[in-house]
Amino acid sequence: MKSYILIAVMSIVTILIRFLPFLVFRKQTPKYVSYLGRVLPPAIIGMLVIYCLKDITISVQPFGIPELIAASCVVGVQAWKRNSLISILTGTVIYMVLVQLVF
Amino acid sequence: MNIQTIKQAFYKSIPVLAGYVVLGIGFGILMRNAGYGVLWAASMSVFIYAGSMQYVGVGLLAGGASVLTTAITTIMVNARHLFYSISMVDTYKNAGKYKPYMIFALTDETYSLLCDGNVPAGVEPKLYRVLVSLFNHCYWIIGSIIGNLVGAVLSFSTAGIEFSMTALFVASFTEQWITTKDHVPAITGLISTLLCLVVFGRENFLIPAMLLITLVLTFLRRRKEDTV
Repeated sequence: MKSYILIAVMSIVTILIRFLPFLVFRKQTPKYVSYLGRVLPPAIIGMLVIYCLKDITISVQPFGIPELIAASCVVGVQAWKRNSLISILTGTVIYMVLVQLVF
Repeated sequence: MNIQTIKQAFYKSIPVLAGYVVLGIGFGILMRNAGYGVLWAASMSVFIYAGSMQYVGVGLLAGGASVLTTAITTIMVNARHLFYSISMVDTYKNAGKYKPYMIFALTDETYSLLCDGNVPAGVEPKLYRVLVSLFNHCYWIIGSIIGNLVGAVLSFSTAGIEFSMTALFVASFTEQWITTKDHVPAITGLISTLLCLVVFGRENFLIPAMLLITLVLTFLRRRKEDTV
């Protein structure tokens, strides 16, 4: 199939998915949806954390140790400095050093 | 236009800058290796603007997939966005003329920056949210272009730099944990996802995890209302 048609399909389907809930709840937001709007964000962020770490295999070298160390640093620095820029940078640099030089 | 709003929106978007430029470069390189030039890479980043889908999309384009396969794959990969939109229905309610673009640009990362519904003091909320969305979109497009044009000549090793996205989510999670009293939703998210990862395997656990999270949180709401 022609590439530009496939790109259009991916674009349109993605747009439809993102717009659907807004179209369905256009007039008035049901209380249940407002409730989900409050409680889903922390749950989904938790899910995305796990999603990012899904390819770790604990039984195979390096056992997910670089991810564990780097993610712990992000948590620690974030809790300490409350600045996501610093915590993300610290964690990423530590991870890069670990996978390139240590493991 | 107010300068304070622009400044605050830019500041908020900086954590995504590194991640998007890097992941965008990765996407640009993949496109180049599959035989697609800069216009192809850039237009996918402009019109699709969904990171993991674009990575999958390179394979679909290169393999000459059918329209139906492409549509179904897109639904599978992007279904999680339904839940982002559901949880932003109220926050984006009065966004006016910016609303269509903000919905279009609601990626995982933009969602993680805006989902708490808070904006800094002294900014114009609608403009602030649309600018955060727009800045992120620009980083992604710029990354794809750089990767496609000069990716092959990058001399230093960037192995491991993809961890910046993981770090972004870990940082948002930590920040939300610190700022909210009720940790039940966060714990529900972690446990439900881990459970689904074990049961469904790493290829197919995302949608079941979302459904389980929604189900558990719905059940908890019922119970809470019963006891109150």
